[in-house]
Amino acid sequence: MNTIRSLLARREALLVLACLLLLAAITARFPAFSTPKNLAGVFNDTSILIMMALGQSAVILTKSIDLSVAANVALTGMTVAMLNHLMPGLPVVVLILIALGMGMLLGAINGFLVWWLDIPAIVVTLGTMTIFRGLAFVESGGAWVNAHEMSPAFLELPRTLILGLPVLSWAGLLAILLAAVLFTRTGLGRAFYATGGNAVAAVYTGIDIGKTRFLAFVLSGTVAGLCGYLWVSRYAVAYVDVASGFELDTIAACVIGGVSTIGGVGTVGGVVLGALFLGIIKNALPVIGISPFWQMAISGAIIITAVVINARGERVKGRVILRRKELPL
Amino acid sequence: MLPTDTSTTEPILKMTGISKTFPGVKALSDVALELRPGHVTALIGENGAGKSTLVKILTGIYQPDGGNIEIDGKTVELPTAEAAQELGITAIHQETVLFDELTVAENIYIGHQPRNRYGLIDWAAMHARAAAILHGIDAPISTRTRLKDLSIAQRHLVAIARALSIDARIVIMDEPTAALSYKEVEELFGIIDRLKKAGKAILFISHKFEEVWQICDYFAVFRDGRQVGAGRLDEVSHNDLVKLMVGRDVTQAFPKLPAEIGDVVLKVDGYCHPTEFDQVSLELRRGEILGLYGLVGAGRSEVCQALFGVTRPSAGTVTLSGRPIAVRSPSDAIDAGIVYVPEERGRHGAITAMSIVSNISLPSLKVTSRRNFLRMAEEFDLARKYAERLDLRAASLSQPVGTLSGGNQQKVVIGKWLATLPKVIILDEPTKGIDIGSKAAVHAFMSQLAVEGLAVIMVSSEIPEILGMSDRVIVMREGRMAGVFEREGLTPETLVRAATGNKEAAA
Repeated sequence: MNTIRSLLARREALLVLACLLLLAAITARFPAFSTPKNLAGVFNDTSILIMMALGQSAVILTKSIDLSVAANVALTGMTVAMLNHLMPGLPVVVLILIALGMGMLLGAINGFLVWWLDIPAIVVTLGTMTIFRGLAFVESGGAWVNAHEMSPAFLELPRTLILGLPVLSWAGLLAILLAAVLFTRTGLGRAFYATGGNAVAAVYTGIDIGKTRFLAFVLSGTVAGLCGYLWVSRYAVAYVDVASGFELDTIAACVIGGVSTIGGVGTVGGVVLGALFLGIIKNALPVIGISPFWQMAISGAIIITAVVINARGERVKGRVILRRKELPL
Repeated sequence: MLPTDTSTTEPILKMTGISKTFPGVKALSDVALELRPGHVTALIGENGAGKSTLVKILTGIYQPDGGNIEIDGKTVELPTAEAAQELGITAIHQETVLFDELTVAENIYIGHQPRNRYGLIDWAAMHARAAAILHGIDAPISTRTRLKDLSIAQRHLVAIARALSIDARIVIMDEPTAALSYKEVEELFGIIDRLKKAGKAILFISHKFEEVWQICDYFAVFRDGRQVGAGRLDEVSHNDLVKLMVGRDVTQAFPKLPAEIGDVVLKVDGYCHPTEFDQVSLELRRGEILGLYGLVGAGRSEVCQALFGVTRPSAGTVTLSGRPIAVRSPSDAIDAGIVYVPEERGRHGAITAMSIVSNISLPSLKVTSRRNFLRMAEEFDLARKYAERLDLRAASLSQPVGTLSGGNQQKVVIGKWLATLPKVIILDEPTKGIDIGSKAAVHAFMSQLAVEGLAVIMVSSEIPEILGMSDRVIVMREGRMAGVFEREGLTPETLVRAATGNKEAAA
């Protein structure tokens, strides 16, 4: 009994339950939704969100935020799409490396500004978000790169099936695995938690919190860069407004997944489930026949609910700390 | 400055039999306090004597477990801060609690802004009244200045103006001079004089004896949560007060074991910092516990933080085991073998959301990991070892540190540092705010460390702890070394004299 209760108390278990209830409710009306094939499709569809939410969660763990990830996707995606259009002979692997490198650079710019100039992350990334999208406009002149202007190899890669799963899904699975190792099995991962959990204590423990935040931004930017390629190739189009507002989805996935907005708390499992939860809703609502505007309202309501649940969990902890602080000595 | 006619002044405030217990700590037991209109009463006591608790009871923040509070002969209740304020009680704190981005007038009238007949803020009246109050205390400050542009002394004036604006009759000043320069202190005393003439009853809390003598009429001395003396200042001497303040049984059991004192491990020479300390030199040997005593703000923690690489000294050399070292960051210090257990557990010590294991292993990850990958089993072994050594009480090592008691959190923080196998360990107020049981355990452990050959620097403001645990004591005053004393024959009076610069008490 106790084990069940402690299991239920865990955010991940609650989220699994919520996802299952959601699936059950949808399946009741549309049995086809829960076929393995369709569920695999939902996962494939959510892979980009999962990857970017994991990058975002590293940043949020260090008590920062990265609002520029979607603009990073647009700029990197546009760049590789244009390169592909201009130089169809360039191997896709090279384009992916360019996407990774460019994303890393954009993330490093954010991280550098946060680290060396000591500007709050929300201000830095609000600025770079606009700059990145502006650059995407500058380089494309506002023009679209359409499917017929992309090489078949460029378009095919994410769709290629390996063991029955598309490469895009494999990328998502690989990202989950790497994030799990990074967050729980490396010193850097531990430094993310320590920096956000108590920055002063982290400094006293010998952790360079500025460098830790910098690396979190580099990670988030690199993932966004890769997703830039995946995005334009999956949707077979690149334009300035690609992934517009998607940074909020990545933050929402983190928040729903139990990542504390004040840093230091969160798990890979939670973030993945948070992203999947959003993914299921996004895929199910059109099936049920709910308009896209309602979809946004529903997503918003879920985010607020998640924040309320988080805040309640944190408030109980806060009181305990306060009680202790009232010791007069 | 002494009152001319005290016999006829009846106390405006009378507290009797006040007690307050916190889990594990009896903060106040059966204390009494009287404040008289037009007079300043000094509240004197060591850190932890219960002064702050009393102030918090008086301002409605804490509720006493027992006792009686009378104002003008009538028993009153102070259930909230608002209730205390309505009865005319106000406190001006060490670090004045005001709002940086608001103007002077807004700060003075925050919470009770004058309203016009529509219920909106009457700005003209607010500025006019604020200006009148400031004029009354000779404070040449524009009411439209933002608070952040004022000096600390000017902020005090604003805080005092605020006290006057709510028509306070009882003004509590909690170490108001701690951050003031000599000249600013004089100005503050001028204002206190004026407040006295206006018939306010003032409670003045300070560590500095000269100030107490200069400005106060009455005194009350607290020790270990009890009132050990009270009366008129002109009837006692400096020595009487020092004795009252520290005169507890110093033979209190401290488990100091005889440790073999070895070679010099740490040598600091001519250590300076632009603002915090000047010309500090010390030697620390293997197996030695060096006590660092002084008043709050004497620069003790600042020296230790510089040694640990949190701040940069401007001059001086540090030698560890005969080799000069340059410490630029805490990481350098940890690698060299110097660790620092900070004073404030919550803010500087533990990461409360992380587990006990992760906290303990955090500075030792280089050791517990292999090829950059963390090894959980090694971390658990490390944590288990130090949890056992420190007698840590926890249901599970995976439990977040935030769920532990204060004493056990302290043990996690100490365990975390011991796990790095340091040569020098600096403990900043190691037993501040922890219960008696944990305190004894920390002392026993500190002694054990010295026996095992560690060199220990212990910063403490508690005289019995300093006397009971140290082999040698360095006393600091205002950023400089005020004396080095051997354990033998050291008395509390000597320490207080050195720390306060009180020459008269030496006579």
